[in-house]
Amino acid sequence: MERAGKTPILKTEALEKLFKLKGGSKLYAVDKINLEIYPGETLGVVGESGCGKSTLGRTILKLLEPTGGKIYFDGQDITDYSPRAMRALRRDMQIVFQDPYSSIDPRKSVIETIAEYMFIHKVYKSKRETFEKAAELMEQVGLAQRFANSYPHELDGGRRQRIGIARAMSLNPRFIVCDEPVSALDVSIQAQILNLLMDLQDQFGLSYMFVTHDLSVVKHISDSIMVMYLGKCVEYAESEELFLHPVHPYTKALLSAIPRADLKYRGTPAQLIQGEVTSPIDVKPGCRFARRCPLCTDECSTKTPEWREISPGHFAACFCI
Amino acid sequence: MSRNETDKTKETILEIKDLKVIYQTDAEVIEAVNHIDLNILRGRTLGLVGETGAGKTTTALSILRLLPEMTGKIRGGSIFFEGHNLLEVDENWMRALRGNAISMVFQDPMSSLNPVLTIGEQISEVIRLHEPDLPRREVEEKVDSTLNLVGIPASRKAEYPHQFSGGMKQRVVIAMAICCEPALLIADEPTTALDVTIQAQVLAMMSDLKHRLGTSMLMITHDLGIVAQTCDDVAVMYAGEIIEAGTVEDIFLNEQHHPYTTGLFQSIPDINKKSDRLKPIPGLMADPANLPKGCAFAPRCGQCREICTKEHPVLTAWGTHQLRCHLFASSEKEQERGAE
Repeated sequence: MERAGKTPILKTEALEKLFKLKGGSKLYAVDKINLEIYPGETLGVVGESGCGKSTLGRTILKLLEPTGGKIYFDGQDITDYSPRAMRALRRDMQIVFQDPYSSIDPRKSVIETIAEYMFIHKVYKSKRETFEKAAELMEQVGLAQRFANSYPHELDGGRRQRIGIARAMSLNPRFIVCDEPVSALDVSIQAQILNLLMDLQDQFGLSYMFVTHDLSVVKHISDSIMVMYLGKCVEYAESEELFLHPVHPYTKALLSAIPRADLKYRGTPAQLIQGEVTSPIDVKPGCRFARRCPLCTDECSTKTPEWREISPGHFAACFCI
Repeated sequence: MSRNETDKTKETILEIKDLKVIYQTDAEVIEAVNHIDLNILRGRTLGLVGETGAGKTTTALSILRLLPEMTGKIRGGSIFFEGHNLLEVDENWMRALRGNAISMVFQDPMSSLNPVLTIGEQISEVIRLHEPDLPRREVEEKVDSTLNLVGIPASRKAEYPHQFSGGMKQRVVIAMAICCEPALLIADEPTTALDVTIQAQVLAMMSDLKHRLGTSMLMITHDLGIVAQTCDDVAVMYAGEIIEAGTVEDIFLNEQHHPYTTGLFQSIPDINKKSDRLKPIPGLMADPANLPKGCAFAPRCGQCREICTKEHPVLTAWGTHQLRCHLFASSEKEQERGAE
């Protein structure tokens, strides 16, 4: 995934997040993930619930302490940064959370919520300036001024998510982890938010890590895409390439499971994969997808498939390709 | 109530006419459903599409008369199901109907199951309620066969909801809904809470069930993909009104659409094409407590004309395709003139 002459804004090397559970069980939510995100670009991370995509986003921001591997932000190793050092960095790296219901303080009004980070980081000298900036941010994310003094419970999910985005934008970050920011929104509103995120990217040269389970959204917004399954990355490629030539059986299954808004596909049964995501606790050696994989061989359930380059820039971990 | 009396030759199984539902609170009156007409045909799936607040769930709850007691009020219209007006029959009759002839699958499987009862108990509860004379053994047999139908091994019936994954829970909820072989199944966003591969499994199972049991379905969804893949007829709702309706071919293949439907289609990122920006519908859904005069979509509509803000558009129909928009009302008149 190296690219000559450019420093990635964010890079991880064999990043690992291990949760130790009661009774000595181990849960590798993020298992040796390598990724690179370049300035002004978007990396999409797709996968089903429980695949570790949200944990990955949080570990990168060190909201969760990584248990192995390295994180580089703009060239510097931030893996061992103290919480205090991280706080200064938070101006540059922000997150938009998935659930607009629980990520916003119910006792703060909209404008207070948006202004909160700017107060913490003392961005402006006066209160008035801060609130003016907050009002401007409300405008930017499409929140009418009349909601400035409303409380979150008075607003619908879509508007609450806009608060979350405005709050993340308030410190002019360079990198934002978007953790399923549009999955709680209606399609017409979702499209507005996606356009907004893309406009902000063009305007400020932002980089995103866009975590989602929605493949059509990820295709639309991402430059490159990483597919995760049970803590592992199973396939990585440029967005176009991944959708045109998916190689991993899991990626193929995901792509064929999308209900297309097109009658052409009606009646053609999706390549259903059997069963559900298996437990991530104390996984056995071998490919993690093996139990659901239509192409599974003996090799798959005993050996771990290696990460290799299928074609330039296109990586996958599977024995059957 | 006997379901054997149903007239098999009659095509329409559920007919909603001029339904008007409001939510009345101390502060305001919310006009949730405004004079809608809907027909569900026997053995077919009607997709009810729209965004949050469009009145989809309110419509479904009105059919079952499950609106919140204190606030939800039906202010006119009729809902005919197998010859009876559901808005006039008494509560006992409705109780016999719910879960039996008409049943409903709710959006969130996590909150629609009782956490302290095993799933077997929850399914048998429905059967015992509607067939009190059935011997216990037969009830259990029915539970087993229903579980098999939805793809859950019957051996798991003694387990509690927390032991199931989201997709499996939704299968349990569907099992509860179909165990009395309803004539009409209302599915309110049944797969929204599920992962895409699990969604594909559940949708495949549901359409398989529909063919096996001959159930008619009202599929409430916001996902046009699900509509294209599973529905036979479609009704698009906006601000409590049906603004476009027709067969699935009318909606997906015809050229003429309500500007809102067009907007919905342009809002979905197209997997087959690389586009720079989406074309979202500007603004937000009209406030149902304060609907604009004229067309409710006019403030967001790119083709809004003077008449749109003044007069409420009427329904224009070409065969099965119905549109509620001034653009087409006039073009039809012109067509008529041309024909003359």
